[in-house]
Amino acid sequence: MSDLVAARSQMAMSLAFHIVFAVVGMGMPLLMALSEWRWIRSGQQVDLLLAKRWAKGTAVFFAVGAVSGTVLSFELGLLWPKFMSWAGAIIGMPFSLEGFAFFAEAIFLGVYLYGWDRISPRAHLTAGVLVAVSGAASGMFVVFANAWMNTPAGFVLQNGKPIEVHPAAAMFNPSAWPQSIHMLLAAYAATGFVVAGIHAYALLCDQHNLFHRRALQLGLLVGGIGAVLQPLSGDFLGKSVARHQPVKFAATEGQFESEIRAPLRIGGWPDPEQRRTRYTIEIPGLLSFIAYGDTGALVRGLNEYPRDVWPPVVPVHVSFQLMVAIGFAMTCVALWAAWRQWRSPCIAGSRVFLWAVAASAPLGFIAIEAGWFVTELGRQPWIIQGVMRTTDAVTPMPGLIVPFFAITLLYLALAAIVILLLVRQVRESPGESGPQPRAGEVLR
Amino acid sequence: MPPLELLVGGVMLASLTFYVLLAGADYGGGVWDLFAHGPRAQLQRELIAKAIGPIWEANHVWLILVVVLLFSAFPPAYALISTSLHVALLLLLLGIVLRGSAFIFRAYDTAHSGAQASWGRVFAVASLGTPILLGVVVGAISSGSIQQPGETVRRAYFFTWVAAFPFAVGLFALVLFALLAAVYLTLETNDAALQDDFRRRAIVCEMVTAVVALAVFLLSRQHAPAIRERLANSWWTWPLQLATALAALGTLAALWTRRFPWARFCAAGQVTLILWGWALAQYPYLVRPDLTIHNSAAPPVVLHALLWALAAGVVLLFPSYWYLFHVFKGSTQKSPVRHG
Repeated sequence: MSDLVAARSQMAMSLAFHIVFAVVGMGMPLLMALSEWRWIRSGQQVDLLLAKRWAKGTAVFFAVGAVSGTVLSFELGLLWPKFMSWAGAIIGMPFSLEGFAFFAEAIFLGVYLYGWDRISPRAHLTAGVLVAVSGAASGMFVVFANAWMNTPAGFVLQNGKPIEVHPAAAMFNPSAWPQSIHMLLAAYAATGFVVAGIHAYALLCDQHNLFHRRALQLGLLVGGIGAVLQPLSGDFLGKSVARHQPVKFAATEGQFESEIRAPLRIGGWPDPEQRRTRYTIEIPGLLSFIAYGDTGALVRGLNEYPRDVWPPVVPVHVSFQLMVAIGFAMTCVALWAAWRQWRSPCIAGSRVFLWAVAASAPLGFIAIEAGWFVTELGRQPWIIQGVMRTTDAVTPMPGLIVPFFAITLLYLALAAIVILLLVRQVRESPGESGPQPRAGEVLR
Repeated sequence: MPPLELLVGGVMLASLTFYVLLAGADYGGGVWDLFAHGPRAQLQRELIAKAIGPIWEANHVWLILVVVLLFSAFPPAYALISTSLHVALLLLLLGIVLRGSAFIFRAYDTAHSGAQASWGRVFAVASLGTPILLGVVVGAISSGSIQQPGETVRRAYFFTWVAAFPFAVGLFALVLFALLAAVYLTLETNDAALQDDFRRRAIVCEMVTAVVALAVFLLSRQHAPAIRERLANSWWTWPLQLATALAALGTLAALWTRRFPWARFCAAGQVTLILWGWALAQYPYLVRPDLTIHNSAAPPVVLHALLWALAAGVVLLFPSYWYLFHVFKGSTQKSPVRHG
């Protein structure tokens, strides 16, 4: 393994790990605040119990997310010092704002987790809402910085150096909103579905458990809204990529030839040697329409660009197809849930439906990882699109395989422990006897 | 008006001060968890967990702010430090991850006490190691031996920090953090016996601090000559040293007479003065001999925007922070006595 590959693997692994915790840290606070709000309105103990249970999960995920995020803030320099030396000043603004959002999140999560019997219910709920808001803000700020790597803006290039830097223009670069909205909705969809899935599974064993029903409803509400809106934001992002990153766009779609009335390809396996995509279902003109709102528009193919600026086409295309397929599946489940909520007295009444929700529990996270692959692999060979190559950014330190393995082992262990704790907590859920909070159930 | 980079540097120093005074004490708490002993060992551990539980994550963010400001405002310094101190920083990160994760796992892994004890051990050992590594990094930067790598691997990536001076600074950081924690913990309980446990630890720590400070100073003659030169020959040095010594004596006197709020004030002042003395001796260099805060600063437009963002952030941050401490630290006197 070369040092460059080791560095890229370490970064990919660190981000793939962190993204799960960051996403849960964005989605769970919303769920716990919603449940607490319902408790304040209804006075039912089950809602309070649910809020407290979810707060516990949030605490674990937030802590691991915070430390793995710290690792990333150092890894930017440990692995990519030349990139940071070049770009640090330009993308510092969203990172600094993220710092404050993260402060707010940590402060109010502390208030929320440990303040149950120290402050009024209203103040407590406000703290929960602030955690949710600042969590969403901090995620969006970080994605702003990533978006800048895809569509760098806010500077003028002179002799390979940036001059006339404009921090606001850099922060609000062309991909900033499309990417961050897509990420935020993904966070809500993935978290909502994993929560709904876990409780749907529990309901399959214990169908009348009120605790699990409430949890299922709220999970589907948050996850469902995210999943239904996600195709719209995906379209918004797709148009932005088509315009600003045509090579990435061609790779995601497996488009080798430039063509008017370009077809949308469903499935398929690109062959970069033969320069064609096989085994695919084609819908004529649809790709042109998706990209430019006109079935007759010209979509540029990979053949127009030199081979050394192509991203790895196969993984990019396959990851993209996987993400889109999962997105559609989740949208369908969300619409099914909405229909059941509207038409039937009890959303949890159908076992088939419960099985479908339970089966879709992990889907959101798989889609997020796949989408992250598309974003990052699709930008290669660039670390800053069109400006700096990844090979030119890597640290000169040799032996990078050692830190890669160290961090990988550490994160595998942490992941195993978090899963173990989660399983244990789910098993401790209130049984059929009803959702009575036990003594000692209350957080400190 | 002072140059913009000086203002950003000042904000970074202020953030580092908050980090040391707040998060430093959280690490110190972990150290006292490791060294908990005597009939009240379990009570000591519970007090520490209760004291740092609600606040440690917020306190940790100060470090992230320092790092973010370093790479936004002084990118070449960030790049150089993170390249040449790669290994030390990686170990530091290992400590940060293990400390935080183990603390939260201990709090929420309620299945059986054996697991809780193991998490507690990981938390405590990581709390001991992380401050040392933090000090090692600061010591290596201060020693002036960091250079653009180009030499052999061992020279470039290990010799700069695997040395007596950085580790002496690491030990110094550890002792100061432990001192802060012990002093703060006297104010976290009404239990006189428990208070006395930490009072004694604080007094011992304050004495050890003096010895380690002397060792660092003696080692600096050979290993950090430039910073030593500034510390010895600047007009500000003697007033500063005197004030630091007075703060240390004040801490001891206040601990001796059980005036714990005064002890907290003096100990925090002592640590702050030590940190600021280091910063003054380091000024204007970020990394000797090449990078100063002037020649490595980002363009003025960036610094300007950063300062506005910081101003806006601070307006939101301080009331929230005050609220956090008001909720959890404002009512110690009202909490019930559990023991003694």
